[in-house]
Amino acid sequence: MIRALALVAMLIAWAAVSYGNRSLEVVMPVLLPTPGEVATVGVALARDGSLARNLLVSAGRIGAGFAIAAAAALALGLAVALYTPARLAVEPVIELVRPIPPLAFLPMFLVWFGLGETSKVAFIAYTTFFPMFVGIAASLLRVDVMLLRAAASLGATRWDLLHRVVLPAALPGIVVALRLGFGLAIFVIVGAEFIAADAGLGNLIMEGRVFFNPAQIVMGALLLGFLGALVNALLLSFERRAVRGRAPQ
Amino acid sequence: MSRAGGSARVQVEGVHKSFDLDGRSTPALLDVSLEIHAGELLCLLGPSGCGKSTLLNIVAGFLPPTRGRVLVGGAPVTGPGPERGVVFQEYVLFPWLTVAQNVEFGPRLMGKPAAGCREITARYLEMVGLTAHASKFPAQLSGGMKQRVAIARALANDPAIVLMDEPFGALDAQTREVMQEELSRIQRVEHKTIVFVTHSIREAVYLADRVVVMTSAPGRIKEIFTIKLPEPRDRFAPEFTQYEREITRLVKEEVMKVHE
Ligand SMILES: Nc1ncnc2c1ncn2[C@@H]1O[C@H](COP(=O)(O)OP(=O)(O)OP(=O)(O)O)[C@@H](O)[C@H]1O
Ligand SMILES: [Mg+2]
Repeated sequence: MIRALALVAMLIAWAAVSYGNRSLEVVMPVLLPTPGEVATVGVALARDGSLARNLLVSAGRIGAGFAIAAAAALALGLAVALYTPARLAVEPVIELVRPIPPLAFLPMFLVWFGLGETSKVAFIAYTTFFPMFVGIAASLLRVDVMLLRAAASLGATRWDLLHRVVLPAALPGIVVALRLGFGLAIFVIVGAEFIAADAGLGNLIMEGRVFFNPAQIVMGALLLGFLGALVNALLLSFERRAVRGRAPQ
Repeated sequence: MSRAGGSARVQVEGVHKSFDLDGRSTPALLDVSLEIHAGELLCLLGPSGCGKSTLLNIVAGFLPPTRGRVLVGGAPVTGPGPERGVVFQEYVLFPWLTVAQNVEFGPRLMGKPAAGCREITARYLEMVGLTAHASKFPAQLSGGMKQRVAIARALANDPAIVLMDEPFGALDAQTREVMQEELSRIQRVEHKTIVFVTHSIREAVYLADRVVVMTSAPGRIKEIFTIKLPEPRDRFAPEFTQYEREITRLVKEEVMKVHE
């Protein structure tokens, strides 16, 4: 209820500012689109099918890049957590590369992977891998050794320990890492699509800039917000199931 | 059916244990030698910090001794195993599993059929009085309830040897007596080899075949009492009180040393 009210309040504030500006002309009216204008652009984009197309293209890139990164982060996280030499080898490399802002590498991705889909997917995978890897490895390494002792004295083999203790114990932390990674994917897709793309929400926004259509820019941004919120809600409900039974954090 | 059958004798031979604290090696156990007979219930008493949990951890195979060795059924201990069940001082339940699933953990690992697992689980939950709480999660239980789940979980796996670290420490006085009677009853039927750590001298005299009193840290064996009382024991018998008095005097000596 409070959530719904907050959203309505936000909409009202936007409407008040934008329609107020319409009559007072503090800035040029076209620079501050009203909810009505944005809705009109939205309907037009939906009619000619470009809304769905751009949304699907971006979602596809995010999904593919995120899936690749999540699988890699999980695999490497497990390797690092279960095998100390792997940890000692991987840690310094990760810690050196991780702090570099991914956008600094975006031009290299275009050079390496071309202007097609591959460069966008690879860029998202690269960007989201690091925070997910760090989060997943940390939650696997933090599993309480007492839980492992308890299971071992009940007859657990190494494999039992992994899938009956380590994974369930680390699951809440793993899901949080996935949520972080997904948020980041939405963050960087726009950058990738700004620079080189013929479709996608980033491209839609860029088009709005080129053709001087601020309403379309706002529309594209809102769609990104919806996409992010939707997937975040899905991951949250998964997380709630994952922490089932555990004391509220 | 006890998996390890008659081979449940535990021999602790010249065990030393030191921990590294800020690069300095600090002794926790000094030359502990002890033979625990198959089917015996042995109580460990001693001041806090004297190394009781450490000794249990070594027998369980969680910690290697610095010197000496532990033999179970004649074979040296190299790690934990299902023939040595453990009830931890801090319970250590699996927080993502329900009470019933915690108790079922061992039998399921052993590949017992589902119906058998359910039957075992029901029996041990009944024994610890938690049948009504079978589908709760550990976070929803009181300390005493968690402790009873930990006991049920260890016993449901039917280990030949049970290492119990203050297993009744979190229980109220009445529940505690009921659990003592229950354990003593099980013991008369199943003859497990039990090492039982407690701070309660009454509890030790009620349960034990022998009581080992340890010195203050670093822990050594101070004295071993054989409790020659018929079972079930009468807590008010004069002989019972006599044992209590004698052991209390020894334990007090050691506790006083800690405070000097
Ligand atoms: N992992 C560890 N690292 C360093 N020191 C330890 C460790 N475990 C135990 N010790 C030390 O060893 C000594 C014995 O500890 P232990 O837990 O065995 O005592 P305890 O007899 O079980 O005490 P209590 O009755 O309070 O449970 C203590 O001085 C403790 O500080
Ligand atoms: Mg202890």
